Amino acid sequence: MFDQTPIIVGLEIGTSKVCAAVGEFDPESSSLKIIGLGQACSRGVRKGEIVDPELAEEDIRAAIAQAEQMADVEVRTVVLGVTGGHLRAQNNRGVHPIVSADREITEEDVQDAIKNAKVVNLPPQDVIVHAIRQHFFVDGQGGISNPVGMLGARLEVEMHVMHGNQNRLQNAIRVVKGLQLDVEDIVFNGLASALALLTNEAKELGALVIDLGAGTTDFTLYAQGVVRHTGVIAVGGDHLSNDIAIGLRVPLSRAEQMKIEYGSALVEDECRGKTITIKNSDGTPLRTISLENLRTIMALRVEEIFQIVAQQLHEAGLLDYLRAGVFLCGGGARIPNITKVAERIFQAPAQLGRANAMSGLISALDQPEFATAIGLVKFGSFKHKANTHKPLLPTGLKGTISQLFRRF
Amino acid sequence: MNTQDKHNAVQHQTGRSARVQVRIFAIGRAGVAIAGELINQGFDPSNFVVICRDGALPTGLDAAQKVVLPAQPIQGALGWDSAEARDRIKAQLEGVNFVFVVAALGGVSSREIAPAVARLAKDAGHIVFGFVTLPFDCEGSLRQSKACAALQLLKNCADGVLCLPNQRLWKLIPENTPLHGAFKISDVLVAEAIHGLWRMLTCKGLIDVHLTELCMVIGGPHNQTAFGVADVSGQNRARKAVEKLLANPTLDSGQALRQAEAVVVGVFGGPDLAMAEVNSVVEQLTRHCPNIPVITGAAVDESLGSRLVLTVFAGRNLGRAEVAMTTQTTGSVSAPNFADASDATGLELDLIQSDQGQRRQARIIPPPPELTQDKMRELLSRQSQKGPATKIPVKLRQGQLKLEIVSKGRFDKSEPTIYKGEDLDLPTYMRRGVRLN
Repeated sequence: MFDQTPIIVGLEIGTSKVCAAVGEFDPESSSLKIIGLGQACSRGVRKGEIVDPELAEEDIRAAIAQAEQMADVEVRTVVLGVTGGHLRAQNNRGVHPIVSADREITEEDVQDAIKNAKVVNLPPQDVIVHAIRQHFFVDGQGGISNPVGMLGARLEVEMHVMHGNQNRLQNAIRVVKGLQLDVEDIVFNGLASALALLTNEAKELGALVIDLGAGTTDFTLYAQGVVRHTGVIAVGGDHLSNDIAIGLRVPLSRAEQMKIEYGSALVEDECRGKTITIKNSDGTPLRTISLENLRTIMALRVEEIFQIVAQQLHEAGLLDYLRAGVFLCGGGARIPNITKVAERIFQAPAQLGRANAMSGLISALDQPEFATAIGLVKFGSFKHKANTHKPLLPTGLKGTISQLFRRF
Repeated sequence: MNTQDKHNAVQHQTGRSARVQVRIFAIGRAGVAIAGELINQGFDPSNFVVICRDGALPTGLDAAQKVVLPAQPIQGALGWDSAEARDRIKAQLEGVNFVFVVAALGGVSSREIAPAVARLAKDAGHIVFGFVTLPFDCEGSLRQSKACAALQLLKNCADGVLCLPNQRLWKLIPENTPLHGAFKISDVLVAEAIHGLWRMLTCKGLIDVHLTELCMVIGGPHNQTAFGVADVSGQNRARKAVEKLLANPTLDSGQALRQAEAVVVGVFGGPDLAMAEVNSVVEQLTRHCPNIPVITGAAVDESLGSRLVLTVFAGRNLGRAEVAMTTQTTGSVSAPNFADASDATGLELDLIQSDQGQRRQARIIPPPPELTQDKMRELLSRQSQKGPATKIPVKLRQGQLKLEIVSKGRFDKSEPTIYKGEDLDLPTYMRRGVRLN
């Protein structure tokens, strides 16, 4: 009666575009295939958050319709990506004493320790978006990934807890629900991008994924196979255009165009003294603008974004973990020479990320803009994987989530 | 204890360990204010050398040596480069073996002169320790990054640098504290640190901290040292001292100790200082930093009477993490032109991030109760007429006003993105003061 291969749809409501990716999950082989993509220009979003629900709704509808048409499926539920300057993350440690006579750690003890770790001082109005398990400590011995069956007196677990303002998160969910779509889960965009781009090996070695969106820059650091740090800076490609518009005194649309045509994250010697001629709509020259100025404005902004990320990682003591390097995605990753700037600031190899851990539309997998949507599909597939592994046990929502966070 | 008593006490100690001859170079207005603090605490004014641009000095520093720089820079940004000024500073280095350089790196002259004085002293073969403050975040990122570059230079040539980022003081500054009051707190804390280190060098007892061990903990170009001083008296003073040290918000509930890679603990007390007290202090502190070397010093300082003074330096080597931050803002920060600072590469180490690292690490203990309650009030009222009053115009010269009237373009009406006091919606080139030609 029902299709045995579940369809998973990742929906990212970005500042410059709304993107929906459709994935087909095969439970038999546990493989995921991207079969459709839809995108539409986004008009109702600023800095990653919806500011005009009606416009946003129209754009989401257009993107979903396009994806449905391409994949030839009907979309009922989506995995929704969220971002915004209100999202905060912290690492927290939960402790649970083992009281049983034989000192053996059971699954219940693990759940209790996780429950304790989730107790963080949240600001009022905030809810937890993600609580991601890191490592366990048994009697102070660290680096344990599964303590069930071990002996010990004191079990500790480190969790990465991400939280955000409930109302702002609800805004996005409400808009999607207004389109008669169910929201299966909400996922931080930066985490979704990391899921799409990183291989297990890179996660073990330590890798930083920076998603340079139009409204926000989301970043996630994996080390030793677990999420160690996530963050959002409400600065993105829009700021680059805005800086150019202010600095060179051109309209915003023209600034956007110049950013794409002539932009660079580095001020190279060759560009010094060169000029760009802006033309009117009828083709007559209007103004000439210094290429050096354009690139200086862009380079300073890009550098600053990376510096803030580096600064936050430095404060968390994690800069030395970037052994697999820095992976860039999002529209901002297309700025020429941006990897060189990242390499200089993070002192680690930097590259454009490619979603190569999946099969499907090759053209989509190669594009840095689609990494988040593809990652959302991948996140959704974990849930299906977890369900197919334990089909008979009524685990409930909490159980499912804890399985989800096992290791991804 | 009044000032005269303290002065006698300090003289007494100096006489006891005659081989330790310290010369304290107080640079700029903040340096002068800190020197004033120290003299109030009983330091001999003749040990001080004051280097500042204008000749106006507090009366307490009459006996100090003065090197007054020309009011206007002679060449380049420095005005310091004159051979005469240099010779006068070299002359002040005669006959001493320790040099303390005290400055607030937010000031233009301070951040140029402090590393150069340290370099001169180092070249002359002295042991050099730096005591500096970094500006508040609200003083602007340009000043921050320049201060950090200067700090790095100072670290490169000094044997140890204790740095207090003023931003850390927010936790200690009550809401309605006037501007000069905030800087006063910073001055008192730096004076405490100087006194603590000085005591460690001069008060030699049965358990000494060797100089090489001290330099190992607080020295090195990538080192960040958090420091704290707790001064207590009465019953259970060992426990109270540790509690006071750890309860302090600037030590982040002992977080600085946990992150440290080596710790120096100095326990000083009057003749009644008991071995059990030393043991108790070190035991309690070691619990917070279990797996790292702790170097303990303990000595009897008769002038302390029934007080117990606990001084802690927690060093952390940032190594590559800090080098990784040797970033790009060199474009926006012009490196000062030191004739003697041969390692020009040090100038490249312009570290906005390292500055942040500093801010996180260098935690300071608030002044002891004796100072905060009785002495502080007295000192505040005395100083409010001088040092701080001269500081206010410096802070007000911050060129922020120009930025405020600039339109934020499409982000005019959206919620501002504020990061460390900066509005990120404003174009970066404006905030960094880069001119477009």
